[in-house]
Amino acid sequence: MRNEHSFTFAGETLVALPSGALWWPEASLLCVSDMHLGKSERMARRGGALLPPYEVRDTLRRLQADLETLDPAAVISLGDAFDDMEAATALDADARDRIAAMIEGRDWTWVTGNHDPAPVAFGGHAAEGLTCGPLSFVHIATRTGRHEVSGHYHPKASLSLRGRHVSRPCFLRDATRLILPAYGTYTGGLRSRDRALSGLMAPDARAILAGQPMVEIPMPR
Amino acid sequence: MRAMELPPSLAEWFASRHWSLHPHQHEMLDRADEPALLLIAPTGGGKTLAGFLPTLADISANGHEGLHTLYVSPLKALANDIRRNLRIPIDEAGLPIRVEDRTGDTSQTARKRQRADPPHILLTTPESLALMMSYPDADRTFKGLKRVIVDEIHALAENKRGDQLMLALSRLQTLAPGLRRVGLSATVDDPAAIAHYLARHPDPCPILHADPGPPPDIDILRTDEIPPWAGAGGRYAIPTILSEVKAHKTTLIFHNTRAQAELFFHALWLANEDDLPIGIHHGALAREQRHRVEQAMAAGDLRAIVATSSLDLGIDWGDVDLVIQVGAPKKVKQLVQRIGRANHRYNAPSKARLVPANRFEVIECRAALEAVREGQLDGDLRRDGPRDVLCQHIALVACAGPFRDADLFAEIKTVGVYADLSRAAFDECLDFVATGGYALRAYDRYQRLKEREPGLWSLRDPRAARQIRMNLGTIIDTDTLKVRFRGRGGQPLGEIEEGFAATLTPGETFLMGGQVVRYEGLNQMTVEVSPRPDKEPRIATYIGYKQTFSIQLAERIQQILNDPGRWDALPWHTREWLALQRENSLLPEPGRLLVESFPRDGRHHLCLYGFAGRNAHQTLGLLVTKGMEEAGLDPMGLVATDYAVLIWGLQPVRDVRPFLSHDGVHDALESWLAGNAVMKRTFRAAAVISGLIDRNFPGKRTTGRQATFSSDILYDTLHRYDPDHLMLKITEEEAMRGHIDFGRVDLLLKTVGDRIDQIALDRVSPLSAPLFLEPGRVPIAGKGENRLIEEEAARLMEEAGLGALPA
Repeated sequence: MRNEHSFTFAGETLVALPSGALWWPEASLLCVSDMHLGKSERMARRGGALLPPYEVRDTLRRLQADLETLDPAAVISLGDAFDDMEAATALDADARDRIAAMIEGRDWTWVTGNHDPAPVAFGGHAAEGLTCGPLSFVHIATRTGRHEVSGHYHPKASLSLRGRHVSRPCFLRDATRLILPAYGTYTGGLRSRDRALSGLMAPDARAILAGQPMVEIPMPR
Repeated sequence: MRAMELPPSLAEWFASRHWSLHPHQHEMLDRADEPALLLIAPTGGGKTLAGFLPTLADISANGHEGLHTLYVSPLKALANDIRRNLRIPIDEAGLPIRVEDRTGDTSQTARKRQRADPPHILLTTPESLALMMSYPDADRTFKGLKRVIVDEIHALAENKRGDQLMLALSRLQTLAPGLRRVGLSATVDDPAAIAHYLARHPDPCPILHADPGPPPDIDILRTDEIPPWAGAGGRYAIPTILSEVKAHKTTLIFHNTRAQAELFFHALWLANEDDLPIGIHHGALAREQRHRVEQAMAAGDLRAIVATSSLDLGIDWGDVDLVIQVGAPKKVKQLVQRIGRANHRYNAPSKARLVPANRFEVIECRAALEAVREGQLDGDLRRDGPRDVLCQHIALVACAGPFRDADLFAEIKTVGVYADLSRAAFDECLDFVATGGYALRAYDRYQRLKEREPGLWSLRDPRAARQIRMNLGTIIDTDTLKVRFRGRGGQPLGEIEEGFAATLTPGETFLMGGQVVRYEGLNQMTVEVSPRPDKEPRIATYIGYKQTFSIQLAERIQQILNDPGRWDALPWHTREWLALQRENSLLPEPGRLLVESFPRDGRHHLCLYGFAGRNAHQTLGLLVTKGMEEAGLDPMGLVATDYAVLIWGLQPVRDVRPFLSHDGVHDALESWLAGNAVMKRTFRAAAVISGLIDRNFPGKRTTGRQATFSSDILYDTLHRYDPDHLMLKITEEEAMRGHIDFGRVDLLLKTVGDRIDQIALDRVSPLSAPLFLEPGRVPIAGKGENRLIEEEAARLMEEAGLGALPA
């Protein structure tokens, strides 16, 4: 059995992938959120720590692997694809080529995030949000959203295994909302217990842990 | 011929008190001109005064403008204490000398003033000194410096704080070329190694031995109460300990951990029917709390004080006439130094009593006692200078101003532990500090240092200095949270581990500073509590100081176990316990490897008695878990001590032998190690010290979306994309000296060969019981963990009633 987790949301069958991406087979649509490409470059630029400058390469490698496995017709980047606008322009030629090659032949949407206006110079088109069948896609969950897929919070959840703690990025879902984990390699997480998340999600919300193995648990709160 | 004379007013002051100098104090004056001098003296021998006499004499006779002597000690409390003690002769003899201290507790304004207008004598810690030296005005502050005194150098020489200090001294020596170094040390195994550590390489460093005084009066405390099988607190012995306290003037009661000290103090207080004044002192208590206890102690107001290692180092407690050590001392050296607390009259023997906390510790105590009586010490191996500390040093040097790489390299080579550093190894560190040292060079923003002209380096952006200074230091702490009483201006009580705080729910109680407090809530990263003396406390966990005993003690323990003839020296209950081990299992024999397997608490356990030291056992454990993982036996974790390693997993190991092949231990483990928690922990420490990642500052953590992410991600990323990066090399260097001991495992396996005795038991054996109390467990992430995750997830869904609902 493949390590993935299928579930029903708004009447559609969706698949949470271990990479943190969301796959909608019926629509041949792949959605990733919060890649934060160029984070290490931005930190160095601002006089912060000199982190290993490999996260662009690593995030794109994982995205490429998902694209090769599933070959989606449509891709949505659900905001904060780049850590900031300057990070988008500072990408090296290799990374730009790889992004362009991924976009080629696909219906690619950059949803604008709070860190970056959409980088349409790479191809694809920009949108503040979009609706696809019964689902709507936005960067930050709205109070009134229904059947809404969003990102922004970088949710993570932990499991206690008798004296051991396992903490992983996770998908959060209830009947009306689905929140994606951050896809980027250099992204920390916000505990699902945080008020920002526990206040947003319904009492019966569940968390799907990304990574290996994927499991679904009641959302820790 | 005397190089220096005691100033007449000080000589008179001594005479008026009918004091005369000890011979070693005279000799310190005689040899004041030695470029480096190491004094080895027992506590109570006037060691500190001996260190300061040349300074007092020089300033009195010749006067001095600015900073004359720098005194560095590992503890803030020690700097405080020395200032108090030094003021007395200076004030009463009317010497024109200004003394101040400078530690993490010194206010910002006082610090600024001290750099501009330094006192004659400045008392400080390695970190505070490193910080002072990172300011551009350091050359002015230290220009006229003549002497530096390193107190408790035996303690500093063991760790990276000492390495950082010695690097700072190499800078000082450049700023003040005539600088003389004095080291003050308790009894050590290898004085020459400490002397080499202290001196400017390759200068010689003569060693001065003070009269060690009469041998200590030390024994195991006879109690009517019987120690428990397992357990760590020694609370069973409280009635006997209380009567000892009553029979002595002042008693110091040492514990190995803070949590044990807290629990013991609480129990002691409840049993204290005569209301004897008793205090508690440990490093997790708030400064105000500690000061109060220190003052009460100095004033002679306390009959007993329950303490941890915060009192180990040379603090002067006046009239202590008995030291009680609860729990077996893990190192002989520590025991000797703790005994040194008792009886500061130089010529009277120190009196100390050991209280084993459980039956295994009876044997440990016995072994430690024999070692002290035979004058055997632990024999710590000295190591090469760690390169993460070097990276931090280079960054701090850059904060102070432009530097030439050739000069800095030459300066670093004068530090004993860095004497063998190659230019290439130095250049790697310089490159790391300057650019991050990555193979990928695409981004020009990756520049912290700029090479202004060939060989001349400086910070690209001077504002980076702030971040570098904030991350200064080589102590890697678990994250802690401050604890206060709720309400405005609530009294600070100390710190607890963040992990423990996360398990508290409002209304729960725990012990802090000897009192039971109730958790009220978390407010801006401070734990708020209220007093709740009527409740039973939960146990507070503090920063877990990992203590294992030395290999020397482990070997002694094996000898005692093996020789029933020596059991006579043990109390009857312990003899009975050993007999029980022999009856239910086996006693470990030299040249053979005893392996016990037994179930406990839903896990299958395996205990290997190697008596080869903790590092070797950790490696041995990793070797076995690798075999188990490959055989599908789902290993879950391990914990190592100096005498054994305990491994647990989901499946029983019927025959451990196939996993213990000695061929190519190193190769076999390389890939398994890379993914292991031991390496990731090591990486994190190295990355923090060398400045790759910032320390966590509790108050400053971002709320809302987290900006920080786990250092494990950086470790994995480097492994994949830049496997030759300096940080991975340092991680391996550190692991080799710190946690992984391939050589000894190899030797052990070769010696043992197929003489492996595996015995299957239906329950925990007497000898393995203490391992269940050991902190420092290493998790193994493999298929076993995956299974547990799936089981736990299913259980949680079921419990929440979500399991049956359609997905």
